Amino acid sequence: MTQAPSVTWPRRLLASVGADDDQYAVHLDTWGALPDVSGAAIVEAVEASGLLGRGGAGFPTGRKMRTVAAGASRRPVVVANGAEGEPASGKDVLLLGRAPHLVLDGIQLAARAIGADEAHLAIHRGSPVAGVVRAALARRTATDTVRLRLHEIPSRYVASEESALVHYLNGGEAKPTFTPPRPFEQGVARRPTLVNNVETLAHVGVIARRGAKWFREVGDADEPGTLLVTVSADGVTRRVAEVPTGTTIGAVADRAEVGRDGATAVLVGGYFGSWLPAAYAWQLPLTHRAMRSAGAALGAGVVAILPPASCGVAETARVLGYLAAHNAGQCGPCLNGLPAIADALRRLASGAWDERWWPALERWLAVVPGRGACRHPDGAVRFASTALSVFAEDIASHRSGRPCPAASSSAWLPVPRPPDGWR
Amino acid sequence: MTMRIRVNPIACEAHGVCAEVLPEWIELDEWGYPILDGEELPAQLLAHARRAAKACPTLAIVLSGE
Repeated sequence: MTQAPSVTWPRRLLASVGADDDQYAVHLDTWGALPDVSGAAIVEAVEASGLLGRGGAGFPTGRKMRTVAAGASRRPVVVANGAEGEPASGKDVLLLGRAPHLVLDGIQLAARAIGADEAHLAIHRGSPVAGVVRAALARRTATDTVRLRLHEIPSRYVASEESALVHYLNGGEAKPTFTPPRPFEQGVARRPTLVNNVETLAHVGVIARRGAKWFREVGDADEPGTLLVTVSADGVTRRVAEVPTGTTIGAVADRAEVGRDGATAVLVGGYFGSWLPAAYAWQLPLTHRAMRSAGAALGAGVVAILPPASCGVAETARVLGYLAAHNAGQCGPCLNGLPAIADALRRLASGAWDERWWPALERWLAVVPGRGACRHPDGAVRFASTALSVFAEDIASHRSGRPCPAASSSAWLPVPRPPDGWR
Repeated sequence: MTMRIRVNPIACEAHGVCAEVLPEWIELDEWGYPILDGEELPAQLLAHARRAAKACPTLAIVLSGE
């Protein structure tokens, strides 16, 4: 592609982005029609590609496909998850808005791979891309063989958790369910269900055409390919960049052309993610492996650089308040623990602190994780715990009665209010 | 056969009966919800664990491995 800024920055998923006149024509021009490959060949290629899911958990996509296909005494179902729950992430909306046909190709190919005759695509209600996706679907009625239904689900943080999504598609509320069975065993209409993030499916669309070897030509050897990353900085700038896996966070920030001078901390992975000291983060490659060894998680590829004038403790308190407000209200430890943790952090940042809160805060952080039906409390606690270590100096000062001067004005990370209802 | 005891956190309403029947294994957090560590249940507690599961008003205690 001539418009690529540099040969070291491959554009794959975003290769057809840029010319908006006729998305389908540009897509066909870039990628060609749906390839004529068998389902078995798709599973094989995806397995050989080493593709890991891009929704957050990083599970091997090929293995998931094979499991769903193999366990299928009943016809499996594909669910494409485009309901981007992370407020600081924008990559799925960008992908669906600018390259919808690659995602829709991926859905068709994934359905072929597992023998599904039915597929669902979930986006947030009122999503800015609903119109684009509908228009894209209308262009494909002659070629698509698997029926796809578009669903607009409530824009709540936990609504896009896979068991919540399946529960919603089955007519229930978009709240997580007690597992097992997991969706791959028994999901939509009690059928084995392949739930994949839309970016993952777009990669499937590419792999089915270009093959596993081509896919592995860029990125980390064990976690190959490219990755969409949402980089936020300075309170207003938010950019999505496609980078090879294994790119360091510093290089990603530079690729996204956001400033990082004077930054002291970086949030990686989203609101279930981790704060990292900036100097350490810049050197860290974006792989699940590297993130795990740093005690962090890659999540859905969120990199948020704390602006120098913001208070990390106040930001964490706001996000915990958001996660508390977005909990499903189903499990006691999460329902009670998250508001308590959020309140303690708010007091810490604002100066309304009493040292007697400290042992309580430490106890909640120890006792709340692992006790919900889903991973909501675990992620929230991880996020809060990393704040305590990365902002240890600020916290020591707050505990001795010096509130953060930036606490009251701090409002950087997005914390949208939950909508009414769960249907 | 190894036995484990879990709580269905959606069904649990913090009645606390489980911790009364099986205090050797289950403690409650400050809101009254049971804390279970998922470790293998010692054989001598099995009968108590079954009683705890039966006694739960919302049937939130799940024994597995049988």
